[in-house]
Amino acid sequence: MQWETVIGLEVHVQLATRSKIFSGASTAFGAEPNTQACAVDLGLPGVLPVLNEQAVAMAVQFGLGIHAEIPEVSVFDRKNYFYPDLPKGYQTSQMYEPIVGPGEVEILLDDGESKRIRVHHAHLEEDAGKSLHEDFHGMTGIDLNRAGTPLLEIVSEPDMRSAKEAAAYLKAIHSIVTYLGISDGNMAEGSMRCDVNVSVRPKGQEAFGTRAEIKNVNSFRFVERAIEFEVERQIELLEDGGTVVQETRLYDPEADETRSMRTKEEANDYRYFPCPDLLPVVLDQAYVDHLRGQLPELPAAKRERFQGELGLSAYDAGVLSASRAMAEYFERVHAVCGDAKQAANWVQGELSGALNREGLAIVDSPVSADQLGGLIVRVLDDTINGKAAKQVFQALWHGEGGGENNSADAIIEAKGLKQVTDTGAIEAMIDQVIADSPAQVAQYRDAEPDKRGKMIGYFVGQVMKASRGTANPQQVNALLKEKLDALC
Amino acid sequence: MHDQTLTGLAAALAAGEFSSRELTEHLLARIERHDGALNSFITVTGDAALEAADRADAARALGEAGPLTGLPLALKDIFCTRGVKTSCGSKMLDNFDAPYDATVVEKLAAAGTLSLGKTNMDEFAMGSSNENSFYGAVKNPWDLGAVPGGSSGGSAAAVAAGLVPAALGTDTGGSIRQPAAFCGITGLKPTYGRVSRYGMIAYASSLDQAGPMARTAEDCAHLLGAIAGHDLRDSTSVARGVPDYTEGLDAPLSGLKIGLPKEYFGDGLSAEVESAVREAIAVYESLGATVREVSLPHTHYAIPAYYVIAPAEASSNLSRFDGVRFGHRCENPTDLIDLYKRSRGEGFGEEVKRRILIGTHTLSEGFFDAYYKQAQKVRRLIRQDFLDAFEEVDVLMGPASPTPAFDLGANKDPVSMYLQDIYTIAVNLAGIPGISVPAGFAGGRPVGLQILGTHFAEAQLLNVAHQFQQATDWHLRRPDLAEETA
Repeated sequence: MQWETVIGLEVHVQLATRSKIFSGASTAFGAEPNTQACAVDLGLPGVLPVLNEQAVAMAVQFGLGIHAEIPEVSVFDRKNYFYPDLPKGYQTSQMYEPIVGPGEVEILLDDGESKRIRVHHAHLEEDAGKSLHEDFHGMTGIDLNRAGTPLLEIVSEPDMRSAKEAAAYLKAIHSIVTYLGISDGNMAEGSMRCDVNVSVRPKGQEAFGTRAEIKNVNSFRFVERAIEFEVERQIELLEDGGTVVQETRLYDPEADETRSMRTKEEANDYRYFPCPDLLPVVLDQAYVDHLRGQLPELPAAKRERFQGELGLSAYDAGVLSASRAMAEYFERVHAVCGDAKQAANWVQGELSGALNREGLAIVDSPVSADQLGGLIVRVLDDTINGKAAKQVFQALWHGEGGGENNSADAIIEAKGLKQVTDTGAIEAMIDQVIADSPAQVAQYRDAEPDKRGKMIGYFVGQVMKASRGTANPQQVNALLKEKLDALC
Repeated sequence: MHDQTLTGLAAALAAGEFSSRELTEHLLARIERHDGALNSFITVTGDAALEAADRADAARALGEAGPLTGLPLALKDIFCTRGVKTSCGSKMLDNFDAPYDATVVEKLAAAGTLSLGKTNMDEFAMGSSNENSFYGAVKNPWDLGAVPGGSSGGSAAAVAAGLVPAALGTDTGGSIRQPAAFCGITGLKPTYGRVSRYGMIAYASSLDQAGPMARTAEDCAHLLGAIAGHDLRDSTSVARGVPDYTEGLDAPLSGLKIGLPKEYFGDGLSAEVESAVREAIAVYESLGATVREVSLPHTHYAIPAYYVIAPAEASSNLSRFDGVRFGHRCENPTDLIDLYKRSRGEGFGEEVKRRILIGTHTLSEGFFDAYYKQAQKVRRLIRQDFLDAFEEVDVLMGPASPTPAFDLGANKDPVSMYLQDIYTIAVNLAGIPGISVPAGFAGGRPVGLQILGTHFAEAQLLNVAHQFQQATDWHLRRPDLAEETA
C-alpha cells in the first residue's frame, strides 16, 4: 500500500525579552540555580503576575511576520496540573483566545518549489522550571530560573507531508523569529523546541490516521530523524495488522528511536479557565500598526528581492536570505563592492568555508563585511587576480589587516600582490621561461595542434611562479600562446 | 482609650493626651486580658508594635505626624507581613513567614500606623462563622456562645471588643460585611480593584477585596484613603485617583434615592433583623431620603454562581500549597504523589478540601461549559441587575445577613452555612462596593444594615453611612467584656 504522512508541529520559541513574562526577574541563560527567580516565579502566596509588554509586542510582530490575523482581544488562561517544577500548580497560557490568529509560512523544498504551511494560531505562555534529578542523591532539586520565561507557541495545521517539509518549516520559523530579533533561536540552549504530531494514512484517504505526539525535539536534524523513525514504525505497525494508539512519545537521539511516554488514557485534564489575575490584552489598531511599521524585511521578501533586483539564482537567494545575520553580511559586502554575484560567491564560498572549518557563526567572522567588500573591489578593478585574492582573504582572516575597513589594500601592498598587467614585464618573464624550458618547447612544437592547448599549462605555471602569482593570468595565457605558436 | 474611634484617638494623640506608646501598651494589655476568651488574634506582635509606637511618637515630636501616625491596628492573617507568620488560618501555612509585605501593609505602615498583630480567620477565607480556622473558633464579644461571623471574624471581634480601634479584613462573598454586622461594627468592602490584592493570599481572585473594619464610617473613610489606589504589582487594581473619602462625609442626604431590593426582604429573613433594618431606613427618610422598592431579579442565582466561580478559582489558587516549596510538608513521603496527597490531606481543613473538590469538578472536562461558563453568564446578569437598579436609585439598602450571629456549632450543614451570605455574595459577583453599619439588636446580638452603591461610589456610601451614625448611636454600643471574660 502507498502511505501518506501527515505532520503538524507545535514550535515553542523562547522570546528574547529582558525580563520574564509575568515578573521583573532576568531571563539570562546559565545563571546559578534559583538566582533568577523572584517571589512571583516561586509562586509564593499572595504574589500576582504583571504582563511584560515586550513579550506582547514580540508575539504581535511574529503574527505580522506570518501575515496572521491579530485579534483585538486575547486572554490568558490557567492550565492546571501538579509538578514540582511548576510552582503555582498551573501554567499561565492562552487556550481559548490566543494573541495571534491564523497565518501562513512559506517553505522552500529541495526541488526549488515552495509550499505554504498554514499556522493555526500562536499563543503566549510561561515556561516551567527544571527538575534536577542527578545533582542530589535520592532527592530531586528544583531550579526555577527558567520558570516564567516567555514562550511563543506556534501551532501549525497538519499541512506537512514529509520529514523534510517539517524540517523546512522549522527552519522557516527559525529564520522568521531571528529576523524579527524576537528570539535568539538557540536550539542547543532550548530557545526553540518543538512537539511533532505524526500520523500516516493510505494515499488518497481523506481522514487522518491516529497520531502520535513526539515531545520536545530540539534540533532540525532530530526533527527529521524522529519523524522518519515514527513514520516507519507506524507503517510497519499498520501493515502487520496492528493499530496506532494515540500517545505521547519521546525521541531518543542516542538510540535514534521514539518511545512511548504516556497514552491518551493517562493524559491530564488541565481544567483550563481564564486567569482572574490578568486582564484581557486589548490591542488597538494604532499599536499594531506601529509594530507593523517597525518590521524588518523578512526572509521571503528578501529572497525575492535578491533574485529579482540583484539577479541572483534561486539557490543563492535562498541561502543568503535564510538567516538575518547572513543576509545582513551579504548585503553589506554587496553595498561595498557593487557586484552581487561576486559578493554571493565570496560569502558562500571562501567565507562560509572558513567559518565552517572553524565552527564559527557569521556574526563572529574575523573578516568583516567591509573588509571582504574591499577585497572584492580589488578583484573587480584588476588590482589583484583570483589567486592573490585568496591570499589576501587568508591574511584578513588571520587579522593581518589591522582591523582597517579597506585593509585589503594594505595587505596587497605589504605582500606585493598587486597584479602585473604590464605587457612588457609579462613578455620578459615569458621569454625567460621559454628560454629556460627547451625540452618543453620542443615537446610543444612536436605535438599535434589540438593537443597544444593542454600543454600550455606548464608554461603558465612557470610564468605565474616567476611573478609570484601577480601576473594577470588572462594576459599570460594569451601572450604565451602567441609566442609559443610563433615558434612552431 | 479603647472605646474611642480611630478619629478620636488621632485627635487625642495630636493633642498630646497620651502617647502612641501608652495607647499601644493599653491595647496590648487588653489583648492579654481578653483574647484568651475571644481568640481573635493568631499572632500578637507586641514588641514590634511598641517599637513602631516609639517611632511614631518621635515623628510626632518632630512635627512629622500625619493623620494616622501612631494608630494601632490589626491585620487579618491573610495579608503577608515580612518576617511575621502569615497563616491564612491554615495548618498549611502554620510555619510560613512571608519575605515581603502586602501592598496594603506597606501603605498602612507608610501612613504611620502600627500593627498589633494578625487576626484569626476562616481557613483561606472560606467560611461565614470563623469556625473553620486551624487556630480554633473566634467568639463573638457580644455573646461568647455566638460566632463572630466570617471569614474576617478575628478582625471584627477584635474591633468590637476594643482590642484595636480598627482592622483590615477581606471580603470575597461578604467576609467583611457579615462579621461587621454580627459584631456591631462598620465594615466596608470597596469596589473590586480599588485596593491592591498584592500580598493578600488569594482565595477567589476575581472576587477578593480588602477593606477596612472599624467602629464608624468616618474611621473607614480614613483607612480606605490610606490603602486604596493603583498598584503596578496588581494588574486588576484600577488606575484611578484616590479621593479624600472624609471630605464629603457631612453632605446632607436630602433627595437621596434609596432602593430596597424586594429579593432582600423575603423568606428566610429573621423578623427581628427585618424590623431593625426597616427602622434604620425610616431614619433615612427622616433625614430627607426617599425610599422605593426595586428588583434584582437574578438574586437567587447568586449563591449557586458564587459556589461555582469561587471554588473554581480557589482550586487553582490553592494548588501551590503542595508541600514542595513552603508551608506544611508531610513526614517521610514515599514518592512525589504521596508527598502531594499527604501534605495537602494533612494541611487543609474540611471546608477548604470541600471547595477545592467542587472547583476541580466544575472546571474539569465535560463540566466546564455546564458549570463555569454558565456561572459567568449568570454573573453578568447579576451585575446588570445592579447597574439597572442604580439607574433609578442612588444606593440600595437591606440586611447584611438574614439572622443575627448564630450560636457556635449551630450551623453544621455546609449549604445552610452558604446561605448565610445570601445578601452579600451578589455584591462581589458584581464588583460593586458595600458597607455594613450597626443598626440595632436582635436578641441581644447586633444587626447590620447593608448599603450598596455603584462601582467606585465609596465616598457616597461613606457619606450615607456617616449621616446615619450622626443620627443614631448603635455604633457607640459596646459589649460588656469585663463580666464575660473575667
